[in-house]
Amino acid sequence: MKYLDEFRNADIAKKLAEDIHRTTTQPWAIMEVCGGQTHSIIRNGIDQILPSGIELIHGPGCPVCVTPLDVIDQALAIASQPNVTFCSFGDMLRVPGSSKDLFQVKSEGGDVRVVYSPLDAVKLAQQLPDRQVVFFGIGFETTAPANAMAVHVAKKQGLENFSMLVSHVLVPPAIAAIMTSPKNRVQAFLAAGHVCCVMGMHQYPALVERFHVPIVVTGFEPLDILEGIRRAVRQLEAGEARVENAYERVVTMEGNVPAQKMLAEVFEVADRAWRGIGTIPASGWRLSEAYRGFDAALRFDVSGIHTQESPLCHSGEVLQGALKPNQCPAFGKECTPRTPLGATMVSSEGACAAYYHYGRFRDAEPVTVA
Amino acid sequence: MADTLDFEAWTCPLPLRDYPRVVLGHGGGGKLSEEIVEHLFMPAFGNPTLNVLGDASLVELPPGQVAMTTDSFVVRPLFFPGGSIGELAVNGTVNDLAMAGAVPQFLTAGFIIEEGLEMATLGAIVQRMAAAARRADVQIVAGDTKVVERGHGDGLYINTSGVGVVPAGVARIGPDRARPGDKVIVSGTIGDHGIAVMSVREGLEFETVIETDCAPLAELAQSIVDNTGRVHVLRDPTRGGLAATLNEIARQSKVSIIVEERQVPVKPQVQAACELMGLDPWHVANEGKLVAIVAPEAADEVLAWLRAHELGRDAAIIGEVRADRAGMVATRTAIGATRVVPLPLGELLPRIC
Repeated sequence: MKYLDEFRNADIAKKLAEDIHRTTTQPWAIMEVCGGQTHSIIRNGIDQILPSGIELIHGPGCPVCVTPLDVIDQALAIASQPNVTFCSFGDMLRVPGSSKDLFQVKSEGGDVRVVYSPLDAVKLAQQLPDRQVVFFGIGFETTAPANAMAVHVAKKQGLENFSMLVSHVLVPPAIAAIMTSPKNRVQAFLAAGHVCCVMGMHQYPALVERFHVPIVVTGFEPLDILEGIRRAVRQLEAGEARVENAYERVVTMEGNVPAQKMLAEVFEVADRAWRGIGTIPASGWRLSEAYRGFDAALRFDVSGIHTQESPLCHSGEVLQGALKPNQCPAFGKECTPRTPLGATMVSSEGACAAYYHYGRFRDAEPVTVA
Repeated sequence: MADTLDFEAWTCPLPLRDYPRVVLGHGGGGKLSEEIVEHLFMPAFGNPTLNVLGDASLVELPPGQVAMTTDSFVVRPLFFPGGSIGELAVNGTVNDLAMAGAVPQFLTAGFIIEEGLEMATLGAIVQRMAAAARRADVQIVAGDTKVVERGHGDGLYINTSGVGVVPAGVARIGPDRARPGDKVIVSGTIGDHGIAVMSVREGLEFETVIETDCAPLAELAQSIVDNTGRVHVLRDPTRGGLAATLNEIARQSKVSIIVEERQVPVKPQVQAACELMGLDPWHVANEGKLVAIVAPEAADEVLAWLRAHELGRDAAIIGEVRADRAGMVATRTAIGATRVVPLPLGELLPRIC
């Protein structure tokens, strides 16, 4: 398929991997920030063709995984109300709250619907004037512009039966939190290409300077990721720390300016709790004053719901890169995609789910085909 | 799809026109039931066996082992690019028989209709079922109609059961018969049906229309089975797609299956739709494809036979069976690494970003 096969070419992958092998003289720990990159790495077996000294640490960039349990429980409480039509992206439906998930709410009679765009939820609100339509607005800077647009459109149209449960998180504060953690082992970052497509790259030079850590903006196809790793290793080996763009076909320095304007209008920066990690200052967005009336947490009075994680779940350490999924004592035992203890086992972008699906069990020999 | 709802194109005698929609009485066993049978079902399905309208139909079967199967169809929407629940209901059951090496002979059809379904819609679906049955060379010899109250169904559910006969002399085929060294063949591009249905269900508009591959596979299957026993396993990768089918075979045969990812045929449009929605085409349903596991020395010949049939033109050898790591399916990825191919968990959920 055009524009995809070019970035999955086995010969070029081999050449990139050879270059990484030639360049690497000592072990390095590199974090891919985004869950989509983690999934691609495991699905394509990219880590298998790297030098053994290159460790890929899977970062916290899975929106489903870092949404706090409190927020999931708030979503479940709203979705269970009889006059509510609750709309969500598909992979949030299976994420467990403290007692059930959205699928179970649906089976109990809740009107839970999968939509592909928050604007579809706005349309539903127009079509169902007697019902409260709520969209579950989660994600990073990638999903935020469309969510902002949905609230903007709803306000413009005076749709009083539309609201959004917002739990948006931001990448740069997470990078800073990881670098200041006493347990940190990360020496370079592959930044999430699609986040930079929206936000540009101007937030990264300050991080590079503060932590002297290479940040390479990286895409999602095998060759994109290999090229990102190759550039990160080159910087590490040379003792350099710069922002590099290895995803030039998509990312520019300034990013998507109209989207940034929309975000600045609808959202304001706020402290956010990250599931398994804790509260990171100024690491998320909430609806700004002018749009506060569309905040579902306020409209349905669920912001008082607070819940506790399972003590067995180590997803926080996984999300911070301190633990590989298969090093968790519950991995594949108490915790499987069918009985997930934490969100990292649920989302297809979650590191635990990726390890589980692709058979990365701790005691399993690596799968090789002659 | 205007053509599927054209009441005028459907040759229905008068009485049913008084009821533009199905009412509870059409399933009540009285006059209305009689009318819907006489004027809607019989003109489409009629054959000497069915026409008797007894409590049970009496049929004669050719010699050989009898294969039986049943399946229920609850697809939404009822019509999708390239097909409808009608073709699915016939081909789904026909294909299950075909995968046992049987030649399908007779079907039964049970309709659970939601009150309020347009009579023209039901008529169009029944017409399509009848056409699918003719194409698959099976007779519908028994049927049942129930009507449920509005809100208690999703328009129309259909159950079909089927009887077929494995021709005398055909060696046994079964999901537990894959042997180390065997080759894995798929009869064409994967994922077409699931994406066709999803494209209309989710209101996604693609530049090109992706049509279902829904088709009867008995003729194609019969073209490769014989008395030599070279075909060990036949499966149609419906729900759960190719990944689920290969995993089931690996478990039941206690072998592993290694697939070359690049050899698996996928239409570019289907691949594109999957990339867009964050789905894996290996997990997406097919309704007109088969997976054959065959003895290595027969692989090229079987491939040629498949390709000679219009439903097998894109057939490809995609992998092989191994003895170690029983139950595992793995693939060599596009960049030359290896990964396990998991059994999909359940419903396909589009990814967030």
